[in-house]
Amino acid sequence: MPASQNLRAALLSVLLLSVLLLTWQIATDLPSGEAGGAPAAMTPEQLEYAKLMGKDPGAQKPSGFPTPAQMAETVVKHLSDPFYDNGPNDKGIAIQLAHSLARVALGFLCACALAIPLGFAIGMSPLLYKALDPFIQVLKPISPLAWMPLALYTIKDSTASGVFVIFICSVWPMLINTAFGVASVRREWLNVAATLEVRPLRRAFRVILPAAAPTILTGMRISMGIAWLVIVAAEMLVGGTGIGYFVWNEWNNLSLTNVIFAIVVIGVVGMLLDLMFARLQRWVTYVE
Amino acid sequence: MWSDVDQRTDRIVVSPVADQAPVASGGFLRVEGLARGFTPGRPVFAGVDFTMDRGEFVCIIGHSGCGKTTVLNILAGLDVATEGLVFMDGREVRGPGLERGVVFQGHALMPWLTVRRNVAFAVESRWPHWSRAQVDEHSVRFLTMVGLASALDRKPAQLSGGMKQRVGIARAFAIQPKMLLLDEPFGALDALTRGTIQGELLQIVRETRQTVFMITHDVDEAILLADRILLMRNGADSPRGWVPGGIAEALANPLPRDRTRADLHRLPGYDELRNRIVDFLVHRAHSGGEH
Repeated sequence: MPASQNLRAALLSVLLLSVLLLTWQIATDLPSGEAGGAPAAMTPEQLEYAKLMGKDPGAQKPSGFPTPAQMAETVVKHLSDPFYDNGPNDKGIAIQLAHSLARVALGFLCACALAIPLGFAIGMSPLLYKALDPFIQVLKPISPLAWMPLALYTIKDSTASGVFVIFICSVWPMLINTAFGVASVRREWLNVAATLEVRPLRRAFRVILPAAAPTILTGMRISMGIAWLVIVAAEMLVGGTGIGYFVWNEWNNLSLTNVIFAIVVIGVVGMLLDLMFARLQRWVTYVE
Repeated sequence: MWSDVDQRTDRIVVSPVADQAPVASGGFLRVEGLARGFTPGRPVFAGVDFTMDRGEFVCIIGHSGCGKTTVLNILAGLDVATEGLVFMDGREVRGPGLERGVVFQGHALMPWLTVRRNVAFAVESRWPHWSRAQVDEHSVRFLTMVGLASALDRKPAQLSGGMKQRVGIARAFAIQPKMLLLDEPFGALDALTRGTIQGELLQIVRETRQTVFMITHDVDEAILLADRILLMRNGADSPRGWVPGGIAEALANPLPRDRTRADLHRLPGYDELRNRIVDFLVHRAHSGGEH
């Protein structure tokens, strides 16, 4: 039964995609409204006046929004040569993606290095939890981009500022989830460790870490999702390289096909990152 | 050690044995003037004294809330007494330790480890210098003893309640403690499984001559397993004020040691013993010390 349901779901997905593409095709194929055809009731003088004003009623005016065919062309062009590098403002999509992913990875890893040990400490010490809670509560809701001017001023490097923004937005979910996961490790497992005279470090790695791992990974997964959302905005601000800058650059070039292509790529990469963490999560999850 | 003990006993005023000088003489386990309170002036129990000999099986029976589990936790070192002392093998019990194995009420297996690794975790803690093969061989031996040789590489979630509790028992035995503490180990099991595991436990305990302290709710279980049964009374309000709970009676089990679950109820002396316990639980356990 689930197999046939999966098949039906896949068919439905394909159908929805076809409907979407078809609608797009029809919407972009239609010549836009008032440019339909020359109204008969126009004298040659009036026609010439209209042409001079840039409103040639006879010309087929393109809608400006790309058709699916144009889109496909762009996709093929990008995917056939993803690694070219023609200077600062013209790089292949893979190179742009690599820049974004490298920033996300660096910021995310720095956040892990801080948030997981600190979360451990907070989770184990109610005193530390109470002491740090007000800071966390105030810092957590700040939009990561609000840190950007401060980062640019103090770090004085746009790439590093981008990494910092990723760091600051990834830290909170991981910190909170790690602390929560560690604090809610079942008392009886800690009692087992205590009666076995397990040393603190061994207890941390062999009992608390595996017990809290599913919660910690949930935090990491949320952090990664947020980091991928934020990197696009951050790169639009700082510029230079990356998928976010690519979107902004192509908007300035008025190349909507490239913008749409970038949007799809961002979605697909975000999905793959999430899948990766889902896989990791399944690996550490245990059934009680 | 000794001067330390003397110093500590000086402070215990309510304890009836506080003035007996060498406190740790005689008795493998000595519990003296134990009290534990969570609200000031109303201790759950106070003045709990008993001793246990090496190789003795003692069951403690009483209603919920009388503090049985707290007594066991203090023996395990997981809880701290408000007053009183516990000595095992001549040394004061302070904090949890490997010489006392605990079987927890809710089995307390680590669900991310296989059965084999759960026991191996305990064995590694007991003998940190052992090789991996040695640890594994030892763990498998104790798991085989409780009849789990065919379930070594399963996770606890894939086991029935009885099998989980067997793993808990194997884990406690595997560290070869001087004493075993069991907190109502069969409470969550169905009657059939319970009977089987009781038999197995009895056999292992007799083979290893283990000293066991066990909490139970089940009168027949206590009569089957225990050499001595401690009856614990709940704390209660009386006209004279709050009377904390404590050990009301200690009954020696007169039945022959080779008793089994099947012939238990036919043995002479069984009915008297059972009636005495049930009578205590029904009529006297709540009556604020008027025993």
